[in-house]
Amino acid sequence: MENIFTQWFGNSLLTYILIPVPILVYVSVFALYAVLAERKVSAWMQNRIGPNRTDKFGLLQTILDGLKLVQKEIVNPTRSDKLYFRMAPFIVFTAAFMGYAVLPFSSVFMGVNLNIGLFYFFSITSLGVVGVLMAGWASNNKYSLYGAMRTVAQIVSYEIPTALSAIVVVMLTGTLSMNNYALAQSGGIFNWFIFGGPGDIYKIILIPIMVISVVILFISTLAETNRTPFDLTEADSELVAGVHIEYSGMLFAMFFFAEYAQMFAVSGVIATLFLGGWQSPFGDLIPFLNTPVFQVLWFLGKGLFLVFVQIWLRWTLPRVRIDQLMTMCWKYLIPITLVNLFLVGLYMLIFK
Amino acid sequence: MKEYFKHIYQTVSTISIGMNITFKQMFQKSVTIQYPEQRLQLPERERNRLFVNMEDCIGCDQCAKACPVSCIDIETVKVIPGDVVGKTGVTSQGKKKALHVTDFTIDFAKCCYCQLCVFPCPTECIYMTDVFEFSSFNRDVLKYQFADLSPEQGAEKKEMYAKYALEQEEKKKQAAIEAAAKKAADEKSKAEEKPADEKKETDSKTDNKES
Repeated sequence: MENIFTQWFGNSLLTYILIPVPILVYVSVFALYAVLAERKVSAWMQNRIGPNRTDKFGLLQTILDGLKLVQKEIVNPTRSDKLYFRMAPFIVFTAAFMGYAVLPFSSVFMGVNLNIGLFYFFSITSLGVVGVLMAGWASNNKYSLYGAMRTVAQIVSYEIPTALSAIVVVMLTGTLSMNNYALAQSGGIFNWFIFGGPGDIYKIILIPIMVISVVILFISTLAETNRTPFDLTEADSELVAGVHIEYSGMLFAMFFFAEYAQMFAVSGVIATLFLGGWQSPFGDLIPFLNTPVFQVLWFLGKGLFLVFVQIWLRWTLPRVRIDQLMTMCWKYLIPITLVNLFLVGLYMLIFK
Repeated sequence: MKEYFKHIYQTVSTISIGMNITFKQMFQKSVTIQYPEQRLQLPERERNRLFVNMEDCIGCDQCAKACPVSCIDIETVKVIPGDVVGKTGVTSQGKKKALHVTDFTIDFAKCCYCQLCVFPCPTECIYMTDVFEFSSFNRDVLKYQFADLSPEQGAEKKEMYAKYALEQEEKKKQAAIEAAAKKAADEKSKAEEKPADEKKETDSKTDNKES
């Protein structure tokens, strides 16, 4: 990608400016319409209609909401740390957006093909914790600080099952580059890692392990993005709104953007690791569907489906308690992923 | 250990049940009513804003007396001969209207929608309608005037009646004088046939009356 752009423009600096632009546009549009989708899906699940006053199906709703937020005054609480208070939302959003750098949208279009892509992704998304803690501390509000502390505790503990369940795929492919995961799953839906990846008939043993890994990765990334049922950090009934309490206007919107950007980023990682990334489910049967343009559509489709599942879960389950949250992480997810890792290691020893 | 796997099984099964339900709900018809465009049908005997059909009102003041919060104000003027109330002077049931209603105000800010004013009405001209959206920013707007006559017309009618009443008073006086005179004449003619001591008394009586 960089090479092609550099050849076109003859200038690598321009390339580095131009590559993130389509991704940033995509993230903004996605965040706007994911909010609308969230409201619509929740409405349908509760037998309501949802926003429908702006444009035909409420398509302008979030754009107008954004306009309203732009007009709002940004209030600094008394004795808050003004610099950090203003800086925190941007750190949170930047951390979420930087994860997009390694997402392979197609075989040719990705921000940068890092050879440690997965490692980079997990480390850079957890950088958002710094911004959240900064926001909680700078707000000079006990509920903000309490929410921030919960976020930190939650994200730090859920890092472990996230990484451990992703390592299963790393073991099978022997690479950390995101594009290589997609490449390794070529050849149709049954070569995706959720179905054991490419291989001989013995890969059937891998299928339950992989399905469990996908579920655990999904649950732990859900906890990392602070979505319901793990939204203890912004539990409305206990903490009012967690770290967002003192924020208004565009700074508040930045937190929202960051949350939705992160939602798609983690969905993209799950799609790349287990659902074939940009590979078409028909494989080589219809080579036409595996051209770069369609690859982008496949990748977005898989990512958006996972985002839908996140929304679906949010409007189904109640919030878990803090002790249940920690029990789930330390007593259930981590042991199960460790057993998974052991079984995959055995498989590698015996069959490869 | 058994407990551990039971917990996992319970979590997975209950979450799948819940997600199944919410997914099915997505395709059901919504129960929301888009209020200003779509409306629920009101029940048959709903009690909302009052309406007075002035064609039928005879100004009997019974509704105002029945009102527990005194939100109805009625002012009436008697009709003089030769004048008719409204166009026909009778109600739709043929009852004669004997009063001009110069003022019929209902203050809906006070009204408690108890419907007690509806029952006493002899001509059934005051009743509940299905209008319930009449909020306003100003309390004076909620005073509804139902009378047909404008304040000027009402004042005119009042003047006419006052004039007529004065005339009637004059006439009554005149008539009383005439009647007294006639009576006196009758007495006189009667007295001539009677004894003299009785005549004295009757004379004094007639004197009193004439004075």
